[in-house]
Amino acid sequence: MSPLQLSACTLTTCLGQGLDAHRQALRDGRSGLRPCQFETVVLDTWAGEVAGVDACHLPPALREHNCRNNRLAVLALETDGFADRVRDAVRRHGAHRVGVFLGTSTSGILETEIAYRQRNPATGALPSGFVHHGSHNPFSVTDAVRRYLGAEGLALTISTACSSSAKVFAAAARQIALGQLDAAVVGGVDSLCLTTLYGFASLQLTSRQPCRPYDAARDGISVAEGAAFALLERPGASEAPGGVHLLGVGESSDAYHMSAPHPEGLGARQAMAAALRSAGLEASAIDYINLHGTATVANDAAEGLAVAALFGSGVPCSSTKGATGHTLGAAGAVEAVIGWLALTEGWLPGSPGTQVVDPAAALDYRLAGAPAPLRTVLSNSFGFGGSNCALVLGRSA
Amino acid sequence: MNPASPLQGWIEGIGLIAPGLPDWPTAAAVLAGRQAHAPAPSVLPAPTLLPPAERRRASRVIRLALALGQQAVEHAGADAATLATVFAASEADGHNCHALCEQLAGDDRQVSPTRFHNSVHNAAAGYWGIATRSMAPCQVLCAHDASLGAGLLDALAQVQVDQVPVLLVCYDSEYPEPLHATRPFPDAAGLALLLTPAHTGRSLARLAVGPADSAAAVARLPQAGLEALRQAFPALRLLPALAALAQGQAASLVMEQLPGEPLDVEIAPC
Repeated sequence: MSPLQLSACTLTTCLGQGLDAHRQALRDGRSGLRPCQFETVVLDTWAGEVAGVDACHLPPALREHNCRNNRLAVLALETDGFADRVRDAVRRHGAHRVGVFLGTSTSGILETEIAYRQRNPATGALPSGFVHHGSHNPFSVTDAVRRYLGAEGLALTISTACSSSAKVFAAAARQIALGQLDAAVVGGVDSLCLTTLYGFASLQLTSRQPCRPYDAARDGISVAEGAAFALLERPGASEAPGGVHLLGVGESSDAYHMSAPHPEGLGARQAMAAALRSAGLEASAIDYINLHGTATVANDAAEGLAVAALFGSGVPCSSTKGATGHTLGAAGAVEAVIGWLALTEGWLPGSPGTQVVDPAAALDYRLAGAPAPLRTVLSNSFGFGGSNCALVLGRSA
Repeated sequence: MNPASPLQGWIEGIGLIAPGLPDWPTAAAVLAGRQAHAPAPSVLPAPTLLPPAERRRASRVIRLALALGQQAVEHAGADAATLATVFAASEADGHNCHALCEQLAGDDRQVSPTRFHNSVHNAAAGYWGIATRSMAPCQVLCAHDASLGAGLLDALAQVQVDQVPVLLVCYDSEYPEPLHATRPFPDAAGLALLLTPAHTGRSLARLAVGPADSAAAVARLPQAGLEALRQAFPALRLLPALAALAQGQAASLVMEQLPGEPLDVEIAPC
């Protein structure tokens, strides 16, 4: 593919709000996970909750879109000057030339869960304040963000569970490559809700401790929320050197099982190989791999085999989910922006929470962060239904 | 500021399921005026692609999506195991969603693991992958009532960028109450198109989709029953273009998309 520049980006997770907070947290090897105290949830697990979401107010024009997921989206958009950078792109290119492609797995389902506790005892009806398209529908967050930013190009939500907001980069890149758009806001937003906390618990996939990716004793994920955005544009003459480009995208399907990965990571391997082909790079050209690394027994085993098969054991890699938790549909974008931070900071992130690396993982797995001159990063995201996506980011010369 | 040129591809196979329209051959006959539309509940066949145990458990939305895809693939004589797919749906499994929300509102919140993994928007796409063994990229998107248009634009972009055939499956399915009152789909319906990058001996029509003038009048269907379907199910917004195809006529018409942002659809039968 033709490289695209990430001309602005931002992220908000349980580590904090914005690039600086994450830059520092990654250097400190800090985790934002806490024992889960979300809403009325009673589960023995840890979670990554973002502070200040409910204090964020949506403008009156987005009254119908008021839900935790969209408040989290706006909180993140107003960080690092991201919304202003997009509005500037809208002025430069024209509103119809700027698209919005966001990933989410659960959108505003929390509003529906709460509305079901408030049904009319006589009729069973949901409370009158419930707005289906404003919170429940998966498009809600994309609609809210496009209205908030005044972008009027193609807008769509991708919802492929935990690969959603990696796949948005691929979908946006296609439209830009074909001249349909000049710029695209890509990103992911997922917020805590009962469905995912109780759902992953029902599958016995949540840990009672902070998650420990790639640890020999790992025993599950820490569910988390987060929002991350990037502005994709064609590289321009005015671009400063050292900027970060999207170099390649690769997508595949496991075609194996609804909630378990292919045991040898065959689909994961295909997605990574496709991303390398798309970037025109050999495996040896990758300097750091941000693993999907959810800390489930099955994911890390399968992904480890796939990475080792393609890259050998020579590429430094880590999962940052011990720091951020698993932000599900937002994870692809959160980790793409962590890749941006790694490249621009020259910092190889470590793996907070992991103590003893699983000896079965034949990888150069980094427990502690370290300075390193990075030129290229590959980021993996895999989801339920066997949906796989890998992104390659690189520093421009 | 460059105006976007339309994205285009060739249709090699069509699937269609709607109330009174069990498949594309029936729909084509009705759309061409050769046969009357007889209102009846949508027929959602058991997915023969799935192993017997999963076939019995398959929900309505999974039956719908798999049957649509299978109709289009068989119509085209294509190999599903190699096809990239785009699933566009404004909602996922409404009955499963209702059951989860009801349980989470009660005292016992221990949800069923199967209900949880079937709650993802890409559940039908996941079952399609398992059924066909296709490891090709699989897209699952939503743009509320504009999901069909978004699906067409992403599928045609994949056709043009990757120069591969892409199967687009677009569907809507009903919610039970109380969500039904907030999203009143009367039944389950949708369509599927197998889109290819070049004209072949199997091509049925050339299809091009691009932005339309915001004030352009949206195309409607002359038959009241069919027009009611177009309005009830956003996944069927392509029906006027498919009617032109069924009649063997080229057409350039406007399809509803996001409010105030319609799409131009050109269809030219081969």
